[in-house]
Amino acid sequence: MLTIATGNKAVAAAVKAAKPAVVAAYPITPQTEVVEQIAEYVTAGEMDARYIPVESEHSAMTACIGASITGVRSFTATSSHGLLYMHEMLHWAAGARLPIVMANINRSLGPGWNVWAEHTDAFSQRDTGWLQFFVGDVQEAYDTTLMAFRIAENNDILLPVMVNLDGFVLSHIMQSLETVEPGDYIPPMRLPHRIDPENPAGYGAMTGPNDHFRFRWEIERAMRNSPAVIRDAEEEFFRQFGRKYGPTEEYRCEDAEVLIVALGTLGKEAEVAVDILRDAGIKAGSMRIRWFRPFPDLDIGGRDLVVLDRGYSFGYGGVLSSEIRSKYPGASIYSVVAGLGGQEVTYDDIAGFVRDRRMGEEFWFGVDA
Amino acid sequence: MAEIPEDEYLLKCTTACAGCSAALALRYVLKAAGPDTVLVVPACCTSVLQGIYPNTAFAVPVYNIAFAAAAACASGMSEAFASEGKKTNVIVFAGDGGTVDIGIQALSGALERGTNFLYICYDNEAYGNTGMQRSGATPIGARTTTTPGGKTDTKKDIDRIIAAHNIPYQATASAAHPKDLFEKVKTALATPGPSFIHILVPCPPGWRIPSDMPVTVGKMAVKTGMWVLWERKYGELTINGPSRAVMKKRLPLKEYLSLQGRFKGITEKQVNELEQQLGKNLAMLAKEEAGEC
Ligand SMILES: Cc1ncc(C[n+]2csc(CCOP(=O)(O)OP(=O)(O)O)c2C)c(N)n1
Ligand code: SF4
Ligand SMILES: [Mg+2]
Repeated sequence: MLTIATGNKAVAAAVKAAKPAVVAAYPITPQTEVVEQIAEYVTAGEMDARYIPVESEHSAMTACIGASITGVRSFTATSSHGLLYMHEMLHWAAGARLPIVMANINRSLGPGWNVWAEHTDAFSQRDTGWLQFFVGDVQEAYDTTLMAFRIAENNDILLPVMVNLDGFVLSHIMQSLETVEPGDYIPPMRLPHRIDPENPAGYGAMTGPNDHFRFRWEIERAMRNSPAVIRDAEEEFFRQFGRKYGPTEEYRCEDAEVLIVALGTLGKEAEVAVDILRDAGIKAGSMRIRWFRPFPDLDIGGRDLVVLDRGYSFGYGGVLSSEIRSKYPGASIYSVVAGLGGQEVTYDDIAGFVRDRRMGEEFWFGVDA
Repeated sequence: MAEIPEDEYLLKCTTACAGCSAALALRYVLKAAGPDTVLVVPACCTSVLQGIYPNTAFAVPVYNIAFAAAAACASGMSEAFASEGKKTNVIVFAGDGGTVDIGIQALSGALERGTNFLYICYDNEAYGNTGMQRSGATPIGARTTTTPGGKTDTKKDIDRIIAAHNIPYQATASAAHPKDLFEKVKTALATPGPSFIHILVPCPPGWRIPSDMPVTVGKMAVKTGMWVLWERKYGELTINGPSRAVMKKRLPLKEYLSLQGRFKGITEKQVNELEQQLGKNLAMLAKEEAGEC
């Protein structure tokens, strides 16, 4: 069905279509619309889920864990401080191998309070064992949320999945949305280690170093399996619903000499910048990264990379540019830190970064000259 | 009774909604506390009504802190002031969500440790900052954006939870009764150790009432017995002011509910449930005051 929706409403619609048994959530700007919409679906009888209006995000994630270990599908959504307040339980969900799906509406962190887009919230959960996707438009938010359930619940993965969308600039803007009936695209969830009184087992008991080590390795092995599973989910999505996705979304990259690399909406903005640059005779392309964990292989091929970073590791560098640099040590990178706390970054600004690039350097937009 | 000072510590540049009675309550809290005061504010409407950096709508320092953390922050501040022999008032001004839901653990800890501070919960019975979702303090039957069919769970009785901590001073108050509030803040700050004041603050957008109605609605809450003004000093309960008369004769609850859009669609059964809880609360308070429990 073709409709129009905000990024938040698209996520809620995808969750409705995926039919989780339990949704536990706590409101926070700019995610509130997701939980309000789901509460409305449940109240109106359009969604047959148990909605738990918990008293904190720590409890939201923990309630999802409690639900998931019984073998049912669960979902939550959060943002910013809410994501940080879950931190302990994010490690828990991954460590317990639970295929929980969460939407995180990217927002900066205090102090001071700021409710606008930034990726620091998601970056600070990078090492929790969650798969992370970043999306660039409303349709992609919907589609990726659906795919997330299939990927998470795949028995070669059994890890939680976070779908990231930029606060306000995507969560609150309206675009056209084609909803689908997922049917057997998301098979029934089968959790091999679900709690079962007929088969009593202890979960999470004290574990010695050898077993602990093995369990961590199994998480890493699942992560290493995940690219094949994600690709399969993307290909099957294309076959059934006609929309194509991959680890990156590339725009005019084939003959490009300089690539703009970014996550989320900045990557969409970059496509317009590419057209502007091409009109001026600069062979630019845009490579928007969709998978953040597992981090994908990139076809950078010796080209200049202008990496836009909406998050920073103090004392080290832009997070995305650091990831790329560590994976491709020889890469020629101009690291641009831009858009923190919702700072406006236009496609003209992005075109300017490319024109004025100083390879090997770092640039703080709006601060550096 | 002390004279209410003319001094203003909540300035005219707040960004509160028109008719916000949380701002009204805060104005009187600060008049009672005076200039040697630090406010600790978790995420809530008060973090918004301060205005935007570098401005501030307060003439006292305000420390903003994470949503769950106000009482813990105040613990550190209070001990630090004490270590320097300072008498600065440490006042937490937190919403109902930051008190009865996410912040209850830190609050309980601070009370149990005997922290010298005043914790004020201003109760608009929902999450105002994020656009009026339900909280544990939302009453049965009230519509919020996460209870579009009306809340089915009971309002959490935070006052009896606090009472179980046996703190030296505890009170309820109302933004519609500022003199009573002023006196209670004075008493709380003069009492060493932890104090807790729970203020009912009718909220125009959340309660779906016109912006000139919060005081009327707040008074009606008291007249119907839905909100009772009392204080408990070292375990001795006194029912205060207009609530004394209400213990004998009160207006029908519907006069309170019908003023507010959020109760549109409340069922008879839910009204009866509210009636019953209200009656039980009044009976328990009367018994306690009479020393029968
Ligand atoms: C950990 C965390 N979760 C959620 C939020 C979002 N949030 C900010 S204020 C608020 C509601 C506050 O409600 P209440 O305490 O009742 O105060 P009010 O806004 O009604 O004044 C929420 C959910 C946050 N800032 N931090
Ligand atoms: S939402 Fe209610 S409590 Fe919050 S500022 Fe507006 S009137 Fe005041
Ligand atoms: Mg509130």
